Amino acid sequence: MAESGTERRVGFFTDTTLCIGCKACEVACKEWNDVPADGFDFLGMSYDNTGELSADSWRHVAFIEQVVPDASASEPGLRWLMSSDVCKHCTHAACLDVCPTGAIFRTEFDTVVVQADVCNGCGYCVSACPFGVIGQREGDGRAWKCTMCYDRLHGGLEPACAKACPTASIQFGPLDELRIRARDRVEELHERGVSSARLYLDGDNDGIGGAGAFFLLLDEPEVYGLPPDPVVPTRDLASAWRAAAASGVALVAGVALAFARDRR
Amino acid sequence: MGTSFGRGGATTFQQDLQFSDCIVIMGSNMAECHPVGFQWVMEAKERGATVIHVDPRFTRTSAVADVFVPLRAGSDIAFLGGIVNYIIANGREFREYVGRYTNAGTIIEDEFRDTEDLDGLFSGWDPEQRAYDNTSWQYKDMPTAASAGSREVAGAHGQAAGSHGATHAGRPPHSDPTLEHPQCVFQILKRHFARYTPEVVEDACGVPRDLFVRVAEALCANSGPERTSAFCYAVGWTQHTVGVQYIRTAAIIQLLLGNIGRPGGGIMALRGHASIQGSTDVPTLYDILPGYIPQPHAREHQTLDRFVEEDAAPTGYWGNMKAYTVSLLKAWWGDAATEQNDFRFDYLPRITGDHSTYQSVLGMLDGWVHGFLLLGENPAVGSAHSKLHRRALAKLDWLVVRDLYEVESASFWYDAPEIESGELRTADIATEVFLLPAAAHTEKPGTFTNTQRLLQWRHQAVEPSGDRRSDLWFAYHLGRIIREKLHASTLERDRPLLDLTWNYPVAGETEDPSAEAVLREINGWDDRDQPLSSYTQLKDDGSTACGCWIYCGCYAGGVNQVARRKPAREQSWVAPEWGWAWPANRRLLYNRASASPSGEPWSARKQYVWWDAARREWTGADVPDFDLHKPPDYEPDPGARAGDATAGDEPFIMQADGVGWLFAPAGLVDGPLPAHYEPHESPVTNPLYSQQANPARDLFFRRENPYNDGDAYPFVATTYRVTEHHTAGAMSRTLAHLAELQPAMFCEVSPELARQRGLQHGGWATISTARTAIEARVLVTDRVRPLRVQGHTVHQVGLPYHWGTRGLTTGDAANDLFPLALDPNVHIQEVKAATCDIRPGRRPRGGRDG
Repeated sequence: MAESGTERRVGFFTDTTLCIGCKACEVACKEWNDVPADGFDFLGMSYDNTGELSADSWRHVAFIEQVVPDASASEPGLRWLMSSDVCKHCTHAACLDVCPTGAIFRTEFDTVVVQADVCNGCGYCVSACPFGVIGQREGDGRAWKCTMCYDRLHGGLEPACAKACPTASIQFGPLDELRIRARDRVEELHERGVSSARLYLDGDNDGIGGAGAFFLLLDEPEVYGLPPDPVVPTRDLASAWRAAAASGVALVAGVALAFARDRR
Repeated sequence: MGTSFGRGGATTFQQDLQFSDCIVIMGSNMAECHPVGFQWVMEAKERGATVIHVDPRFTRTSAVADVFVPLRAGSDIAFLGGIVNYIIANGREFREYVGRYTNAGTIIEDEFRDTEDLDGLFSGWDPEQRAYDNTSWQYKDMPTAASAGSREVAGAHGQAAGSHGATHAGRPPHSDPTLEHPQCVFQILKRHFARYTPEVVEDACGVPRDLFVRVAEALCANSGPERTSAFCYAVGWTQHTVGVQYIRTAAIIQLLLGNIGRPGGGIMALRGHASIQGSTDVPTLYDILPGYIPQPHAREHQTLDRFVEEDAAPTGYWGNMKAYTVSLLKAWWGDAATEQNDFRFDYLPRITGDHSTYQSVLGMLDGWVHGFLLLGENPAVGSAHSKLHRRALAKLDWLVVRDLYEVESASFWYDAPEIESGELRTADIATEVFLLPAAAHTEKPGTFTNTQRLLQWRHQAVEPSGDRRSDLWFAYHLGRIIREKLHASTLERDRPLLDLTWNYPVAGETEDPSAEAVLREINGWDDRDQPLSSYTQLKDDGSTACGCWIYCGCYAGGVNQVARRKPAREQSWVAPEWGWAWPANRRLLYNRASASPSGEPWSARKQYVWWDAARREWTGADVPDFDLHKPPDYEPDPGARAGDATAGDEPFIMQADGVGWLFAPAGLVDGPLPAHYEPHESPVTNPLYSQQANPARDLFFRRENPYNDGDAYPFVATTYRVTEHHTAGAMSRTLAHLAELQPAMFCEVSPELARQRGLQHGGWATISTARTAIEARVLVTDRVRPLRVQGHTVHQVGLPYHWGTRGLTTGDAANDLFPLALDPNVHIQEVKAATCDIRPGRRPRGGRDG
């Protein structure tokens, strides 16, 4: 489905073991891309007052507080997971597939970008995205999401979030290189005894044909609010149409048969 | 730090943390408050270091630490003292380092009595004056001259050193290199901390003893010739009535373990603002002049020679204090300062007592402070007992506020909580407020001095819009206008102003003075007007001028060294060509200690600066913090002075005796050794002494400043920052991208306390003290844990202090809750531990709403 870009495919590798929850990615993204405020609501979700990705939040740091057993101490320990979520820039991008105006396109960097001046605000992409990434902006109606800082990529710069990340939790680069680095990192963590380290969306054989943004997690994806087995809804479109056509034919045949019997 | 090592600055730099084998972060939430510097802690962790976080709350720093230790707020000296005891009791000290580089062997006066002898007091306590006479704390037969620094309490009591080393003359006459003499520092230290056992730590701090031992063992195992450990602290240590002694305890640990002056070691003081270090180097403080030269006292210091004699040791680098002072006077008064007129030493303003910010505020309430200039400060939110501050501002005749926004300290007269409650009425407030818009850092050139003494030049990006002006513009033109108004004055008292060198070049439409010209003056010049390159060139004969001796060299060769920006990948990891660090561009202080007494690295793994015998000079990764050509076996002549009096194996060159101070015979008003005292307000009885709190702490018994007593306030309250906001909030509550990330004042409580008090997660709570009550949204979290202390459960309430009445998100100011109770050495407020109560629901509105 993806056209091959004229440049090497780039992406994000977010290593959550290095995240310190500073939200510099959220702020840098909004600064660079001039994304408006997303509401001043106290959510009580640990230190997360962003809540989720949306038209006005293109990076979202999730905070998960866990009480975990600690073999070396008398009391249970605490684990505070932090993870900066972002658009996955899917190989099979549902938002792009369903966009009727062609506002969403695949760039030469193999990223997925919405052109604001073409978007008509139909919102099909919003329901199509298996991750709930894209949203419509209030008072504007158009769909907005992470562009992987398309303008910065043109200038040879890395995206603002990766640039701002002080601990290299967000790493940007050619996707194939990042995948190698990520596998090495998991191996290293396993050797260090961090057995829960695992990669999420690091291959091409998942329901979205591979992601341009993948993650090293310390728990199940659901814990971070990520779908464990995301599937692009348009993947089954052809078979769905075939099934629909078959049932339509069967229906017509059945009706015809009934009428034929009636006449008899 | 100044008392222990000789200089009032972080001993190391953040990049060096990456080479640490064990990092203890305590009194600091480094990941949240210094996220950029924290990358070096993460780097160390990746290299295999053990990262330990000790804190009342499980924070974002704890989340990435290997070991988290929950601790009762205000019990840090008990914990750290426990480590001192663990080291000594188990013989884990770095023996050669301790013997050679510290005052462990020095014999103390026979009259000295410890807190162990006097149940929580040291000898010399005067209960009437509430102050110590430190005569009995001295080195035996070596009475200290009146020491340098804080001069506010003249006479027999409270002679204290400020931020630089206290005064001694040369080597102490009595010492025992075996460290066995019962009156030597090492044995006194051993006895003093002997009762700080793991059991007592558990009882005082609520830290399980096995967890404590794990920390102590990690520190010991990661120290010695082959390994080093570092401490990082911030205002979680300083904002206590015994805060300076918290840092002293860490200094003692690091000296015992041999971790000062070595890579991956040290004590990293993390400052809370962009240029807080700079604001003490070229100070905004009342009791010091630039470069930590003490402010002269009105009665004590009639002449320059008397001043130098009393405040500087003849040995160690403070032996050159006269040259530093004369050069400063020449920078300020130029040709008007001559040898004949004592270089116009008489022009320097004198102090007569404690003129710190809290005294000034009380002066407003009492009607003897009439006007106030507030530059980039918001005490109506950010200072302890901010309610008292707002009431004080309302008593002024005039108030000038220079800020980026109309902060609460400028708007109090119409929107303070006291207006809402009816305690104050706008019509009754006569204060005339002048709000002057300030230029942001992007709108002006200049320097920041960061947390690691590093000066970095900041270029102007855009012209300030509208009436915004830089602080430099304000100070320069204010001075210019005052001088013009006084032009015809013949009064003696106006001469200091009229004789000032006030000739900075100005440029542009707004006549902005040149920041680079100011930097050049700070660096200093010789009698041919050539820029100096090192403070060793400063003279006491008036032939050199220098605005701040420790910054001398920042404009060496007429080049702005501060503006250097060579990327790290193009130079060594120490990055000496990025910016410029005081002193003399040294990044790691006291680095002579990274080599053994004979000058070789302690180990290949930890080599940093060493003696190159072939070239007969010190060399290594950094600028050696030592006379470059002074060999390790150099022995000073008996009459040697200043730097010449420091032997070749004495790394602490600012100290008169050349060594680090385990025991501080002078320099501190509340004891030569740290002792655990409870916070002024504490629900716990001191488990170690019957002396409950620091006896010398500053208290203010006034109607406006009531202290909690009795059982009405059973919980511990502690304040802090979160990464999303900046201090008193003026720069973050006003920006949507930051304010939305933490959009409400909240409090953090444990599920147990929430159950006990009926607090609803996400709902409202009212937190009260004898001062006032505030409201906050409730965040119930396992990250705040009840602690078992002396058989009782102690609950702690966490309170971020960023909110006020203005901005995109508003809320009550946590600082309203805290009293004025201060550390006696530096007059810093105790807002990290006090007592409070907490109840569900919003606070009473008062006034018309009843």
